[in-house]
Amino acid sequence: MISAILAISLMALFFGLLLGYASIRFKVEGDPIADQIDKLLPQTQCGQCSFAGCRPYAEAIAAGEAGINRCPPGGETTIQALADLLEMDVVPLDDECGIEKPKTLAVIVEDRCIGCTLCIQACPVDAILGAAKQMHTVIADECTGCELCVPPCPVDCIDMVETKPNPNTWRWPDPDHIDLKLGGDND
Amino acid sequence: MTDNLASFPGGLVLDGQKKRSTQTPIRQTPLAKKLILPLQQHIGEASEPIVKVGDKVLKGQKIARAEGHVSVYLHAPSSGTITAIDEQPIPHPSGLSALCITLETDGEDRWIERQQVDDFTRLSQHEIRQIIREAGIVGLGGAGFPSYIKLNPGVHHHVETLILNGVECEPYITCDDMLMRERSEGILDGIEIMIYALRTKNCIIAIEDNKPEAIAAIELELPKRPKLKNTKVVAIPTRYPAGSEKQLIEVLTGKQVPSGGLTVDLGIVCHNIGTSYAIGRAIKHGEPLISRIVTVTGTDVKHAGNFETLFGTPMDELLAFCETKRHPGEPFILGGPMMGYNLSGDHLPVTKTANCILVGVDNAAPITKPLPCIRCGDCASVCPVGLLPQQLYWHARAKDLEKTQQYNLFDCIECGCCSYVCPSKIPLVHYFRFAKTETMNQQQETLKADNARIRHENRLERQTLEKTEKEQRQRQRKAALAATKAAKEKEKMLEQQHTDNQEN
Repeated sequence: MISAILAISLMALFFGLLLGYASIRFKVEGDPIADQIDKLLPQTQCGQCSFAGCRPYAEAIAAGEAGINRCPPGGETTIQALADLLEMDVVPLDDECGIEKPKTLAVIVEDRCIGCTLCIQACPVDAILGAAKQMHTVIADECTGCELCVPPCPVDCIDMVETKPNPNTWRWPDPDHIDLKLGGDND
Repeated sequence: MTDNLASFPGGLVLDGQKKRSTQTPIRQTPLAKKLILPLQQHIGEASEPIVKVGDKVLKGQKIARAEGHVSVYLHAPSSGTITAIDEQPIPHPSGLSALCITLETDGEDRWIERQQVDDFTRLSQHEIRQIIREAGIVGLGGAGFPSYIKLNPGVHHHVETLILNGVECEPYITCDDMLMRERSEGILDGIEIMIYALRTKNCIIAIEDNKPEAIAAIELELPKRPKLKNTKVVAIPTRYPAGSEKQLIEVLTGKQVPSGGLTVDLGIVCHNIGTSYAIGRAIKHGEPLISRIVTVTGTDVKHAGNFETLFGTPMDELLAFCETKRHPGEPFILGGPMMGYNLSGDHLPVTKTANCILVGVDNAAPITKPLPCIRCGDCASVCPVGLLPQQLYWHARAKDLEKTQQYNLFDCIECGCCSYVCPSKIPLVHYFRFAKTETMNQQQETLKADNARIRHENRLERQTLEKTEKEQRQRQRKAALAATKAAKEKEKMLEQQHTDNQEN
């Protein structure tokens, strides 16, 4: 009887220590779900979701404080991906946040730029180059098209230009959506 | 020699339709008034123009330089004046425009001074590759990969065998066939140089057995070359797509190139017959790549044949020269009936990779709405790579790109065998091309998003650092201010005490 109680309590002690050790040794830093959500967001850092960037929005989704339909740049694909990840239903984009638009790029009209540096301060990804009283320019490869630089500009010299497809970035169209009237006799 | 050949899975025996364009010798396309030269006629980075509008150039003069490693030079195909450097429609399935140099020819066709090398063994391997790069030579079989890179196996690889690809398995196309028949000497010149550049000994010239004239022409020339005593001609059975690099290697050696691997991993380098001819011209005659043989054929062409055409020649001028039934604006096929794509523009230029223009196909099936897949499995049995096209089709259609990767989508060579045999007429290859470009686009987007995330995080980090530094500075300044204030007060107090003492 005593030996059984002793054995059980010893085992309980051993497993308790094991679990305690494991919880310290294998502690997960940060919030893995927020990380996964953040990976799916387009990283424009535009704030259209009403959060201060993609990471805060990801954390809000992970905490259940925000819906998955608040990202206009990501659009339908992002909602789909988030729904898959979180096993939620697909919901249409919340039009309070904005509408899905084709990808754009900020272009500074260099003749009009007065070198005020306001756009540089607004750019979330440091994609604008320039100094005080010097002309600024956008690093096209780094621009995410978030439009945050447009409102601060006092001389309205930033245009959002739609990115044109070139033969190298062109994608084959989805065959499911191709019109077969071009010589087909079944239509 | 054909008895010890292996074979690849699947494939099709197709009606070659090659006789139509082999009845006349290679002819010269008349010099066009305007040549449109796209800056990107090869895989890799586009070339960078080194001429200005208004410049007078000579035939063979460099007009754009290579930009980066995977790139080549571009030359003026004839003498004349540069009239524009702007966006022009190019022969691409998208129908989009790209940067082109437009050259107005003066009709004199005057050459620039050419540097001929009689004994190429006096040059180093590196010098030879450099000449080939500066001559603008790319793979003329269709892909257009810069040839000088494929002649540089690197220090980690030893090239056992050079394979010259004269298979030309796709129906209708005969430009390599005619080149071998008429210019076997030039081809062998190029092979000698390639063998030297690769430091290899063995060379196999692979030709499909439906081209006996080409085989005879090469075999007649071969014994005259002491340098090519380890070179042999191998006639391979006619089966599409035996001309695809990996399939050809499987036929000749029985070995498969691993998925995602390179042929050089097997000690094999593969070049097209046309490329070898161009290399011969570049070294022995100092002529850069400014023209190619283009097959113009099809049911609607009156004078089908092969035409030596300067790059930049508008395709409609070439078609007019051959007298076709095509009306302006009507589509035609660039490439063969299996792998080619429809083009419909009128002033599209002939480029380095344009091997065939096809106007009208025999027994062309009308484009109809595809019927549902009945899972017959015919596509899988003809796939020369051993993929499962029907599985790929389901996943591509569902846009489940990850699944298509699991089924090795990127090993698909887009040969078109599966679409050809599909009883439901499903454009399978179109789905695969769609899934491929979609996947590549997604990878690009992820890369860009990751980059943006890192830049944003760096910015936030910098901002907090700046903030703490500012606070620290403020604190220091405040402390310093307080210290001086205290010191002043102390001084004042001392002074006060002093005066008080004096007064007392």
